[in-house]
Amino acid sequence: MKPLYGPAGWSALGAFALVLFVVFPLLSLAVPAENPFHLSQYWVTLIGKIMCYAVVAIAMDLVWGYTGILSLGHGLFFALGGYGLGMYLMRQIGREGQYQSDLPDFMVFLDWKELPWQWWNTDQFWWAMLLAVLVPGLLALVFGYFAFRSRVKGVYFSIITQALTFAAMLLFFRNNTGFGGNNGFTDFKRILGYGITAHETRMALFAATGAVLIGTLLAARWIVTSKLGRVLTAIRDAETRVAFCGYNTLHYKLFVFTLSAVLCGIAGALYVPQVGIINPGEMSPANSIEIAIWVAVGGRGTLVGAIAGAGLVNFAKSLFTVWFPEYWLYFLGLLFILVTLFLPQGFAGLLRHTRAGNR
Amino acid sequence: MIRSVRQRAGALLGALALAFFGLPAHALDAAAVGRLAFGDGDERIEAIGALVAAGEPRVRELLQALADGELQTAGERVLIVRGEAGFDAVSGERIAPLPAERDEVVANNRLRSAVGAALASLKLLAPERATRLEAARALSGAVDAATAPLLRRALEREADAEIRSLLAMTVASLDLASSDRATRLAAIRALGDSSSASVKPLLAAAAKDPDPEIGSAAKLSLVAVEGRLKWGEIGGLLFTGVSLGSILLLAALGLAITYGLMGVINMAHGELIMIGAYTAYVVQNAFRQLGLFEWYLLAAVPAAFAVAALVGMLLERAVIRWLYGRPLETLLATWGISLVLIQGVRTLFGAQNVLVENPAWMSGGIAALSNLVLPWNRIAIIVFAALVLAAIGLLLARTRLGLYVRGVTQNREMASCVGVPTARVDTLAFGLGAGIAGLAGCALSQLGNVGPDLGQGYIVDSFMVVVFGGVGQLAGTVYAALVLGFGNKFLEASSGAVIAKIVVLVFIIVFIQHRPQGLFALKGRAA
Repeated sequence: MKPLYGPAGWSALGAFALVLFVVFPLLSLAVPAENPFHLSQYWVTLIGKIMCYAVVAIAMDLVWGYTGILSLGHGLFFALGGYGLGMYLMRQIGREGQYQSDLPDFMVFLDWKELPWQWWNTDQFWWAMLLAVLVPGLLALVFGYFAFRSRVKGVYFSIITQALTFAAMLLFFRNNTGFGGNNGFTDFKRILGYGITAHETRMALFAATGAVLIGTLLAARWIVTSKLGRVLTAIRDAETRVAFCGYNTLHYKLFVFTLSAVLCGIAGALYVPQVGIINPGEMSPANSIEIAIWVAVGGRGTLVGAIAGAGLVNFAKSLFTVWFPEYWLYFLGLLFILVTLFLPQGFAGLLRHTRAGNR
Repeated sequence: MIRSVRQRAGALLGALALAFFGLPAHALDAAAVGRLAFGDGDERIEAIGALVAAGEPRVRELLQALADGELQTAGERVLIVRGEAGFDAVSGERIAPLPAERDEVVANNRLRSAVGAALASLKLLAPERATRLEAARALSGAVDAATAPLLRRALEREADAEIRSLLAMTVASLDLASSDRATRLAAIRALGDSSSASVKPLLAAAAKDPDPEIGSAAKLSLVAVEGRLKWGEIGGLLFTGVSLGSILLLAALGLAITYGLMGVINMAHGELIMIGAYTAYVVQNAFRQLGLFEWYLLAAVPAAFAVAALVGMLLERAVIRWLYGRPLETLLATWGISLVLIQGVRTLFGAQNVLVENPAWMSGGIAALSNLVLPWNRIAIIVFAALVLAAIGLLLARTRLGLYVRGVTQNREMASCVGVPTARVDTLAFGLGAGIAGLAGCALSQLGNVGPDLGQGYIVDSFMVVVFGGVGQLAGTVYAALVLGFGNKFLEASSGAVIAKIVVLVFIIVFIQHRPQGLFALKGRAA
């Protein structure tokens, strides 16, 4: 089998890991706060958040960039993963909520006497993690099975995935669904017994997210360089021909769609403890479309491009929202238009193009 | 055992002593106040009932303080704290200085609604007729048994016939839960004269009573009430269904044309609707300046069409044209356009909603039945949608542009071969679709708020109509809009708005599995 990366690629990855696991923790924990090199909690949270988005971008790239399926419902899988772990975090608050009850505050507010069935066993971390992975995975499996079996594709698939996340958002906005209605979950106190706002906990979550990101990148790289990945790309370029060659395209599409949903679920579960809130707004169609633009900016069909795109767009977003919030939508909108018009391969394509031109 | 009797006797003696001596004139029942502040859910509700029944004027102040979050406890004492000033909740005396250790009394949803009902019932004793009428209306829906004594007292005092009948109905629905058989029977007969929808579930529950006489009386009353309500309900449901259907039709018609023609999903369609609504707003303001407010719609309709059509043609020429054959990219690019348009409108008009008023002839409505009012603005929009549909139908069937549009929709290459200028047809048709969206916006401005996010709410809905109806034929869009409008309203009546919307979305998702081409696909080689 071909190696995943050449020597240059591996050393770049090694340097990235070194920065994530050694340099950042040192700067954040060992360097005192008044030192200019100190990494404040704001930055740890921001970079951790962006790494969660990068995992989502890789997941999106697998289905869209490599297999040609534009899903506008990936925000739903992300949010479901977040809600899965969020339930555990709500249970961990214990009696420290506003009402000093064993139940989460919003249930006391609704005058509920016991936990609804969805919350069964959610005081166990492993169960919550399992939910965060299984629920998005199962939903994607079932939904994908029916959609791909009846050959829903192209724009139609995009639209029904959008309808799916829209429907889910409405469902989660209801108080009776049992997930806190439009306030969602917030005010978390601790995770696995450690205070959730403590600097060390934040750093541990940061490192876990980094590890997941690197793991995801390697797994995705392994998939796209394998024979499986070849078939996926072939499905993107000429699905009918692949089917005529004797491949059951349903299985391949279903596999990649489900895997992508699971990755989003994991990213969501890592996102919630770092950001400290999850609400149905995460499921709004706009969020899912934004995922597509991260991938498009970085470059579809290149994994590093997807990560870079997620980083660039979200970094720009946090800059804009601090300095001139009213121009963010202009910027994002123009990004959508200009990238699709002039950079169909994203920045990765641009880079490749200039490199080829120089040669 | 003996001890507990002795204790109770002691408590009784203490209470008697209190009654003979020290009670100040306007003190509240201290035990009830204590239960309200320290008790659990049911005790607190009971305490509210007890306090209201006692009828002291200061109860109102106490409950208002609870509703406003001004009620606090300090040890055993219950305080009303406003800013720096504190008052004892029982005696009303001012307390200075305030104790340092205080806890807020937190009210959950159930307690809040009980407090709300109690406050409303206290208003029944107000001297002004309007206040009493409002309170009687507010209470006619659902009341707690705790407020029953007060309601009865209000009914005895009341002289006004309208308020009396409202109160009598409310009291009767409370009496239904009484343990006395004769009271219940009388209540059931009284409720039979009601024409309010809220008594139906009460009577239906009473009809299942094991006592045969009560059961049959309740059934009779239920039939009487239902007969009075039935036609109004059916009519109302049909009307709102048609109304929603016509709105969906207006919103989706333009999208169906552009999608059918070019196979691209225009995510900025909702924003074209929004532009139409804002055009109506601008025209309204200009006509108000001229003193011709009543006539502004005459100009607003063509203006909304023209402005949205211009924006649409501009978009087609500048962006969409360059993305042919890449439908997914078109989707993303038009989404970007929609973001820019939303923010552009925010910059121009502000993020707040703007007010578009109905002309005088559009406000009010026809009272068709006792419980059915057909608002004029909704009727006007149904008629308007029908007119737009007829115009588009004629345009597509009878004009050269319509012929071209149909030709390009069916087979672009072939149309181009026989000399149809497809590029120009695309621009014009896109302008037409955008113009219809503008008309939809003008219509929507007559129904509700106009804000930068107006279009967002309609994107998913109008896609669903297009997807459900299939492309290439107007009939598909019309049927789909009406079916979804009716479906939504009927489900809403039985299971609530959110569930209805979810059911419709899931239905469409399932439907596409079976008929990816929609209800009315073009048949034969053309498709």
